[in-house]
Amino acid sequence: MQDSPDLGDRGGAVCVIGAGASGLTAIKNLRELGFAVDCYERETSVGGAWNWRHDRSPVSAGTHLVTSRPLTEFPDFPMPDHWPDYPHHSRVLEYLERYAKHFGLTDHIWYGMEVVSVVPAGDGRWDVTINSTGGGSSRVQRYAAVVIANGHNWSPVSPEIPGDFSGQVIHAAGYKDPSRLRDRRVLVIGGGNTGCDIVVEAAQHAERVWHSTRRGYWYGPKYLGDRPADQVRHRKGPAWLRQRRYRRGVADLTRWGVPAPEHAPSESHPVVNGLLPEYLRHGRIEAVPDVSRYDGKAVELTDGRRIEPHLVITATGYRPRFDFLAPELLDIDERGRPDLHLHVFARKHPTLAVVGLVQPDAGLFPLAHWQSVAVARWLRLHGTDPERATAVQREESQRPLASWSRRRVVPTRRHWFEVDHVDYLRTVESLLSRLEGVK
Amino acid sequence: MSEILRFEDWAEPVPPAEREVVSKLPEADEGRPPLLFVPGLGHGGWAFAEHWLGHVAARGFPAHAVTPRPGGDLRAQAHDVVQVAASLPRQAVLIGHGTGARVVARALGRYPARAAVLVAPVLDGWAALGAALRSNPAGTVPALAGGRLRFSARQLFGANVPGEEATAHLERIGARPRAELFGRADLPEPVGGPPVLVAGSPDDRVVPRAALDRAAARYGGAPLLFPGMGHYLMLEPSWAEPIDAVLDWLLKEL
Repeated sequence: MQDSPDLGDRGGAVCVIGAGASGLTAIKNLRELGFAVDCYERETSVGGAWNWRHDRSPVSAGTHLVTSRPLTEFPDFPMPDHWPDYPHHSRVLEYLERYAKHFGLTDHIWYGMEVVSVVPAGDGRWDVTINSTGGGSSRVQRYAAVVIANGHNWSPVSPEIPGDFSGQVIHAAGYKDPSRLRDRRVLVIGGGNTGCDIVVEAAQHAERVWHSTRRGYWYGPKYLGDRPADQVRHRKGPAWLRQRRYRRGVADLTRWGVPAPEHAPSESHPVVNGLLPEYLRHGRIEAVPDVSRYDGKAVELTDGRRIEPHLVITATGYRPRFDFLAPELLDIDERGRPDLHLHVFARKHPTLAVVGLVQPDAGLFPLAHWQSVAVARWLRLHGTDPERATAVQREESQRPLASWSRRRVVPTRRHWFEVDHVDYLRTVESLLSRLEGVK
Repeated sequence: MSEILRFEDWAEPVPPAEREVVSKLPEADEGRPPLLFVPGLGHGGWAFAEHWLGHVAARGFPAHAVTPRPGGDLRAQAHDVVQVAASLPRQAVLIGHGTGARVVARALGRYPARAAVLVAPVLDGWAALGAALRSNPAGTVPALAGGRLRFSARQLFGANVPGEEATAHLERIGARPRAELFGRADLPEPVGGPPVLVAGSPDDRVVPRAALDRAAARYGGAPLLFPGMGHYLMLEPSWAEPIDAVLDWLLKEL
């Protein structure tokens, strides 16, 4: 490595950005097809969001999976079958570390290196500038393709609430364990999985707890009988039957002041929390509407009520960020939303792809796996048979958006990348069949 | 069946079970891939522990043999193999013998093995049944009615296996074949495109020569042959010859 910028030509090698779950499976599947891979990771270890040691990791001490093992694990590297159905986040990290070691991926990862710029070099190749996070060294390398796997759950979004609040406000990203909730009055804003996890911990530790949600969601349990609910939901049968099974499991919480959902259960990914309904019914959690403004010690709600929490936790999500490239490369609109074919392929740049930028109603790892298999085969075809690649691209451009993307979902940032994992995988499967025979 | 949409595994995952694993590790870790042996019908990991595991470890490869859950169907047995393979520190080479080769063939659709070896593979149950009826009708016919399959020494072992030894092995081998063995289900495409070797003996009375050729052709090659040996290549006096050839092949492929 040199201190002065130096253009190193890496030939046909592919640059992978990030060594979290999506980056790891991208390295593995690209290597499996014979590509040389350099992966750059700003942290000093693998695991991305699932590595609680990382500054940007959103996990807290109590985080468990909300999807069960079979719907969460990589399809070619199962989690140990004696693990719990919904493992703790530390086990997910252990799993990712074992995956990296098992497939010898760590030899291809440069730790403590941050990608600061990705620029087209003409001819479909890319100049990637990498900085050492320790400061000092910087270098430029040229790659045949770039696969972005930088995650989308690390840049917190906080609601803009007018007025001044004299208490404490933190984002869920900064919430690590329940000790800071003990004996305090806590308001949790946000009805997603994170908000629900935190509000349940607050119910167990805090003096008084309010839960503010803007709209209604479907709150499903983790188990139906003795089976994980998502496994029951995937039993064979017509869609209406599966829908009915699901509806029977979800709680109707309107009696406790929770707004009723305005969408069908299939239209947004489920919130899975079996404890939330219990604590609402016990009166430990008070459901409240949206916050309208802060006023000194008080928080004013849209129904005019005033409450006085010590601590406000905003579990209001994250935004995807691609600071290292020009927004038009990924067709990013003014709100920051990229427009990619299958949420993966840059529409105008055949050698630029993003892996893991989806929000499925099941685990993300299987989708990231099949996405990266498709990316690897596509890059191989693009390199070896440009004519057939163009034909595949033409066929793909005819694919109706509705076949893989949920467009009817609630139009907020949280749902930008929402997909039904079965529809989505079916689409990826048909793309893979178009790429059949690519070795 | 779709390899991507796995409703059966999502809705009804194979339940966990105890799996017996015998291991022999080399004295120094030279970074070589571990070998995972999978026994077929009627015998367990012991058949490999007898000679092969120690020999493999002495040549620098970590060696393991798994005995899949007793009474498990093909799906459960392949699950057991993949579970053990994924628990090893490095990408494993899968080596299946007899019907164990069929379990390996199925596991290859679910786990990107470093390489795979099918030793005297029973991939086609009908061919094996035909061969068994020819060489040992009295022991085979009762099994057709759901009874126990009784093997004869002549059927399983080559002529140079001493009689006492053959009888001793025979006492430990007992099998109740499952009907699904006789299906001709399509074998999945191995994921990750591993090199696959088929090895066997032209004098095997369980797996006919033609079946060996078909198995090898399925994976795009020709079988490696060890004339004069019986079905249980790992229990014969010349057991070193096939395993050395397999390891040489591996070293070339890796």
